[in-house]
Amino acid sequence: MQPTFSSSRILQPVRPWFIVLSLLAALLLNYLPTSAWMWMPDWVALLLVFWSIREPRRVGMGSGFILGLAMDVADASLLGQHALAYVLLTYVASSLSRRILWFPVGQQALHVLPLLLMVQIVQLGVRAMPGVEFPGLNYFIGPFVATALWLPLTVVLLLPQYQPVERDANRPI
Amino acid sequence: MDHQPPPFFKRGPAPLARLSFYSALSLALIFFDARFQTLELLRQGVSLLTHPIQQAAHAPMVLLDNASDYFFSITRFQEENARLKRERLVSAETQLRTRQLEAENERLRKLLDVKARQQVNGQVTQILYAARDPFSRRVIVDKGEQNNIVAGQPVIDDSGVVGQVTRVFPFVSEITLITDKDQAVPVQIVRNGLRSVVFGLGNGQLELRFMPANADVQNGDLLVTSGLDGVFLPGFPVAKVVLIERDTSYSFARIYCVPVAGVENFGEVMVLDPRPPVTLPPVLTSEAASGVAKPLVKPGAKKKHLKRD
Repeated sequence: MQPTFSSSRILQPVRPWFIVLSLLAALLLNYLPTSAWMWMPDWVALLLVFWSIREPRRVGMGSGFILGLAMDVADASLLGQHALAYVLLTYVASSLSRRILWFPVGQQALHVLPLLLMVQIVQLGVRAMPGVEFPGLNYFIGPFVATALWLPLTVVLLLPQYQPVERDANRPI
Repeated sequence: MDHQPPPFFKRGPAPLARLSFYSALSLALIFFDARFQTLELLRQGVSLLTHPIQQAAHAPMVLLDNASDYFFSITRFQEENARLKRERLVSAETQLRTRQLEAENERLRKLLDVKARQQVNGQVTQILYAARDPFSRRVIVDKGEQNNIVAGQPVIDDSGVVGQVTRVFPFVSEITLITDKDQAVPVQIVRNGLRSVVFGLGNGQLELRFMPANADVQNGDLLVTSGLDGVFLPGFPVAKVVLIERDTSYSFARIYCVPVAGVENFGEVMVLDPRPPVTLPPVLTSEAASGVAKPLVKPGAKKKHLKRD
């Protein structure tokens, strides 16, 4: 008998279009002209890490690579910089997914923080090779904000899977 | 003999294989983009797909902008209109004189057999947003390949040089500001005509490099484009010297400048048309075509043919 963890509730299977929609929404959020606010989290990285932990069979390095290219082009950064960071992120996240899902949501966030920090560090390393100015420690605030958002994000993104198969008027959720 | 049993479920290549494939691909992209700048076609292709999403992301901002314009009282516009009319009246006198001086200058230049000063034409564009990349200083403007923008065009605002077009997409283009790290602009000091090159530092300041420690540079000196690069037209204000460190242990002085133009501002900028290439004098052109470098007999005689602008 396996010990049960906190989110032992049996969920509905995820709908593929919901994953695609949420990733596109994250891309949209990243494209908002918020470059002045360094603390803005990288939404695409956050969603990618979420889905590669939850659904490692569906969201993986391929999606990470494509979304990374989309970010690179829109960001006017070095082509491949985001792609490399996201590919590494999805690889680590999907290989750790079974371990991370064992923990309650609060501790999952602690696992996600180093992954998101890795994204920033990889990008910094890629840009530091040709030589750029270090943008300051504010650059690393984003992952902490994203970690704080992990709990609400988990609730919101899993809501569609909480729905029961047969509709019951008397059931609360 | 160890052989693996066939997998029960088809899961594609192993994660490690996929990781090495994708990271090799990304590293190759990074390398080619940083070294050779040959991936513009791929960039433009992807930008065609991402452009609608970007448009959607900027739509609320544009809407907010328009709404605030709409709801602002009309008096503000009337005031602005009156002020602009006054300013136009003040500048009309200078402008009329300038036109007359330009004509006179043209005539004098013709008399002196000097090449005519080049005309400035350009397109007014709107800065859409600053690129999200925290490592560089770039902005995106709302005109692109559709408006015949090409990479390399200089960009100015009402008070000086802002930057240069570095990438052109179908509908937008990307401007590298002069404060971007290692972005170079050939300049000369207005006070004494000393020529140099000003480099961006990446932190909002500029640096005048390779000036000897005893160079005649003073605080407050205005730097204008020298036009020697063949890209910028001469005479546009670029930066003002704010700090000079003369350390005897270095052979060069460290000279810091701040840009004159509102480089960090958002608003409208003008993308100047590319400068027509300056042709060599006929003598040199024929020499270059024949491929024989004849020794110069009379250096003084050649100097007369050299054209300035």
